[in-house]
Amino acid sequence: MLRLPPFTYLQPTTLKQALRMKSDAGPDGMYVAGGTDLYPNMKRRHQEPKVVVALGRVRGLRSIRADGPTGRRARDRSNRPTAQPPNRLVLGAMTTLTELAAHPHVNARYPVVARAAELISTPLLRNMGTLGGNLCLDTRCNYYNQSYEWRKAIHFCMKKDGDVCWVAPSSPRCWAVNSSDLAPVMVALDAQLVLAGPKGERVVPAGRFYNNDGINYLTKQLDEMLTEVRLPDPDGWDATYHKLRRRGAFDFPVLGVAVWVRWDGARVADARIVLGAVASLPQEVPEAARAIVGTDLSIEAVEASALAAFKPSKPMDNTDFGLSWRKEMTRQFVKRALLELRERRPS
Amino acid sequence: MANAKGGPAERRTSDRDAFARRVVGRPHRKVDAVAKVLGSTRFADDLALPRMLYTRLLRSPHPHARIVRIDTSRAAALAGVKAVLTGQDLPVAFGILPVSQDEHALAVDKVRYVGDPVAAVAATSEDIATAAVDLIDVEYELLTPITSLDDALRIHEPRIHDYAKHGNLQKVTDLEFGNVETGFAEADHIREDVFFYEGSTHLPMEQHAALAEWSPDGKLTVWASTQTPHYLHQRALARVLSVPASRIRVIACPNGGGFGGKSDPMNHEVVVAKLAMVTGRPVKITLTREEVFYCHRGRHPVLMWVKTGVKQDGAITAMHFKSLLDGGGYGSYGVASMYYTGALQTVTYQVPRYKFQGARAFTNKAPCGPKRGHGTPQPRFALEVQLDKIAEDLKLDPAEMRLRHIVPPQTLTANFLRVGSVGLGACIRKVVDGSGWTTKFRQLPHGRGVGLACSSYICGAGVPIYWNDMPQSGVQLKLDRGGGVTVFCGSTDIGQGSDDVLATIAAEMLGVDLPDVHVVTADTSLTPVDLGSYSSRVTLMTGNALVQAAERAREIVATYAAAKLEVPPHRLVFAGRRVFDGGNSERGVTFVEAVQLAEAAHGTVVTVGSYRTPTAAGRYRGAGVGPSPAYSYSTAVAEVDVDPDTGIVRVERIWIAHDVGQCINPVSVMGQVEGSVYMGLGEAVMEEMPYRDNRNLMHKIPSMLEYKSPTTLEMCDVVTYLVEDPDPNGPFGAKEVGQGPLLPVPPAVANAVYDAVGVRIDEVPITPEKVLRALKDKTKGGVPRFGPTRFPEVPWPEPIRVPPPWEGGDGSALGDAGRQRATAGEQPRTRRSDARQPAAAGRASPVSDREDST
Repeated sequence: MLRLPPFTYLQPTTLKQALRMKSDAGPDGMYVAGGTDLYPNMKRRHQEPKVVVALGRVRGLRSIRADGPTGRRARDRSNRPTAQPPNRLVLGAMTTLTELAAHPHVNARYPVVARAAELISTPLLRNMGTLGGNLCLDTRCNYYNQSYEWRKAIHFCMKKDGDVCWVAPSSPRCWAVNSSDLAPVMVALDAQLVLAGPKGERVVPAGRFYNNDGINYLTKQLDEMLTEVRLPDPDGWDATYHKLRRRGAFDFPVLGVAVWVRWDGARVADARIVLGAVASLPQEVPEAARAIVGTDLSIEAVEASALAAFKPSKPMDNTDFGLSWRKEMTRQFVKRALLELRERRPS
Repeated sequence: MANAKGGPAERRTSDRDAFARRVVGRPHRKVDAVAKVLGSTRFADDLALPRMLYTRLLRSPHPHARIVRIDTSRAAALAGVKAVLTGQDLPVAFGILPVSQDEHALAVDKVRYVGDPVAAVAATSEDIATAAVDLIDVEYELLTPITSLDDALRIHEPRIHDYAKHGNLQKVTDLEFGNVETGFAEADHIREDVFFYEGSTHLPMEQHAALAEWSPDGKLTVWASTQTPHYLHQRALARVLSVPASRIRVIACPNGGGFGGKSDPMNHEVVVAKLAMVTGRPVKITLTREEVFYCHRGRHPVLMWVKTGVKQDGAITAMHFKSLLDGGGYGSYGVASMYYTGALQTVTYQVPRYKFQGARAFTNKAPCGPKRGHGTPQPRFALEVQLDKIAEDLKLDPAEMRLRHIVPPQTLTANFLRVGSVGLGACIRKVVDGSGWTTKFRQLPHGRGVGLACSSYICGAGVPIYWNDMPQSGVQLKLDRGGGVTVFCGSTDIGQGSDDVLATIAAEMLGVDLPDVHVVTADTSLTPVDLGSYSSRVTLMTGNALVQAAERAREIVATYAAAKLEVPPHRLVFAGRRVFDGGNSERGVTFVEAVQLAEAAHGTVVTVGSYRTPTAAGRYRGAGVGPSPAYSYSTAVAEVDVDPDTGIVRVERIWIAHDVGQCINPVSVMGQVEGSVYMGLGEAVMEEMPYRDNRNLMHKIPSMLEYKSPTTLEMCDVVTYLVEDPDPNGPFGAKEVGQGPLLPVPPAVANAVYDAVGVRIDEVPITPEKVLRALKDKTKGGVPRFGPTRFPEVPWPEPIRVPPPWEGGDGSALGDAGRQRATAGEQPRTRRSDARQPAAAGRASPVSDREDST
């Protein structure tokens, strides 16, 4: 069987301890949340931390709570209004995907989040996997998510132990795919991610949390930890997430489509359309959003938006299914997502 | 899932004893089910012995290369490493078929696919063995890889194997049964189509594992997850290790699924045996999932060309079938697989003239071999899709057309296969009625469709893998004075329920309860030989062997019970753990008493039984593949939903009828049908073995995550109809069910996709990409089809001409070229008369007239 390599396993109980342990470990250290991504990767030797800092026992990270106007986080770094509605939710990074999918408040106020969480992998893995883990999911590639022996036979790739990106051999960068289902949703919702570091806390919009680079796919600093996700006020907008994959379980997305619209009556006042699993980051397609802003999501607007999303969608040949079909499906899936929102258009 | 078992109305024979049976034919929990569910079954990987060492294999990173030098010194020096082996330590070649002894436990001079084992390490822990393997330095001289069928035809040198007939074509054949040109001239309509069936792997839940122990007195024991302990014992271990077979014991553990993937003797099994001998310690290996993909022996990718001539009513006048198989790096069962792609075309619908040309190529990929249905799902796909097209061309209902031309029972086909019972008509009618076919076919809204396909499969290969004149299956039966019955048989339970079949038949025939029966199987030292769990042979062959042994045991017991009861022995009935007078059930003794009476007078009550297949009718070269004591039949209707915007096919429901002859345990039969549908569904819509031809010919996705096989969410509803048309050659009339029901599924799905959206997908898997492309072509006015368009030139040999029976043929080929001959180095099997067959149960059974038993 594939076996884990030897490593030091640390179990801090406070955030402060965890940050210190990670900092002490330096580049050889990694956090582990549910372990559903990291441990298989370690077995195949494409992630090789010497020190693993487990976050399961850190107090306060596994919670779903309302963030009211009297909350201590009433003001954030982007200096947004301090008066926040009481029904805004803050999700702790260690919340499991099962909890997220089943939580009554999440389902009532942010059904798109519950839906995306429920579409991840299998019930068993959702019991272990976490929100933070899914948002920080290592990028994936058919040349990378392979055993040591397999990768050795192709002389490795630039993401681990090698020099070349086999997906695009002349490319200077790695094309591994962001395969998170929650990431495009959080970008579409403009969720705020709270990062704790040795120098304190900072908040970044989800859209600025990711890089379009298969290796350095997060903007997070090495010594920072994603601790929570602040969702926006749930009123006045609608959103949905559509996932394409071969099978109804297990599979990572080969295309994710997250759409967020703010309604002004029956008109779209603002919108964000984000594609998952076609790039190294959740790819926002502003031109597709522009095509529906100001419209009442007429069929023509929907078609125009789907076409606008299709054009910049450039999946590479490193996941399941052929890339041209995946690209083509962008149009279908954006269309379907928009038609779903159209169904729920306020009258 | 809805189930509907065919009731008594389906039974062709309303024989009274069928209703008197208490165990056979009645649904019951499989005898090994509780242990499986509770996790107490001990699979090969569960075994551990004191001082056990662990093995890892170094595998080739190159698809085709010569080994220049191997340096194992760094690995050997690692603390904890006890032995390192290379090909030089195991120089004797082996292989399952006598004609392809082309494997080595560890590559000797060259490697033939990425994953070919090159060296092995035994160490005190798996971690150390893994680390040591990475310290072995191998220098390779790279050779041109043969990546595809086209490569194999085009590139003659380098050859993957020197013994191949033509460059990289391992084997070519050309068989003619009657003049097909005459048949085509008589046809009203002729179709030519090209099809491709992608390769797929078995994906058993259990990864292969083996444990070997070399005892101080020079005996070797190997426990393995193998479907064929006998072949591992005699065809590989004894041969390669130069240890007499008499000192080797092979124990097949219950397999966590096999599906054909564990029916070759495997290199790692030989390696652990050798390492145990070298180190004097028990040595174990458990493969990783990735390594199981490299062992493979799965479905051959096959390119096929079919030309069929028909009359206006769909009657076939002639069929010409060509197949080209991508065999991968080694022979495995491949020559047999190749013949199977041409063998069973004749046993469903009448084919008066038939020509088959087949070829198997070597390529530098993991070796293909037998997967559930062995070589027959591919041609069945081609044939059934083509018949669907023919029915449309002729404006006939595809179900009606098939019904008209079914092979009658007791037929000798054009290629000399002797067909017994044929429940195909009943199968077609069942699914047509059940699915509402006549109200759905060509009448559902765009995007929804139904498709129908039929099939047939062998109930055991009529000819053993190596020519010999011994029985294919043996049973030893011991009656204990405590009333227990022990069945000893070489058969291997791979999840298909073979242990349950033995227990059921023993309980039925001796009138005891299932818990009174002990089954000891798959141990070459304890059990008589059974050739193994392949070719759907086990129920029929071990069942018949057991019937013979049980009849003999009953005779012994009845003799002494009869004396005590003062009734003629033939009147005695064995039932309800009693032996009693069939005319007066009050007059009897308990089974325990009866056994004790017999043991006192006769001595220990042990009997044996064995089974030989009927002599094959064909005597031409290649006639060894296809003959079987009986043939099962299946028909499936698939209903699909096709999304025209994405090409995504969802199979909603499959109605399947299977002629199993007679159920031994209907629950097991049902499970096998549903399991076959599941596996067929995977092949129909998603499974494939893809290789990167531009990147070292690596298997692209050797993992259970990325090798896409359906989950329960993709599994369709299944409505199963069991048709029981007893075959005189089967025990109680039983035929096979483990493989046959897979066959109609892929063509039924393909035909349903056509009914739904009007595009022909002439290859599997039927992926959304292919469907969408065909739909686009259709929209643009192109050919509404996806699939191969040409069959390449193949250097076919001179045809072997065999006149079919109705042209006066006696099964022999004309001229000398095609005469059956013994394989070099093997003795031909002498011909025997069928009179030596044991009496089939239910016919001449001495206690079949126990209608008055409780």
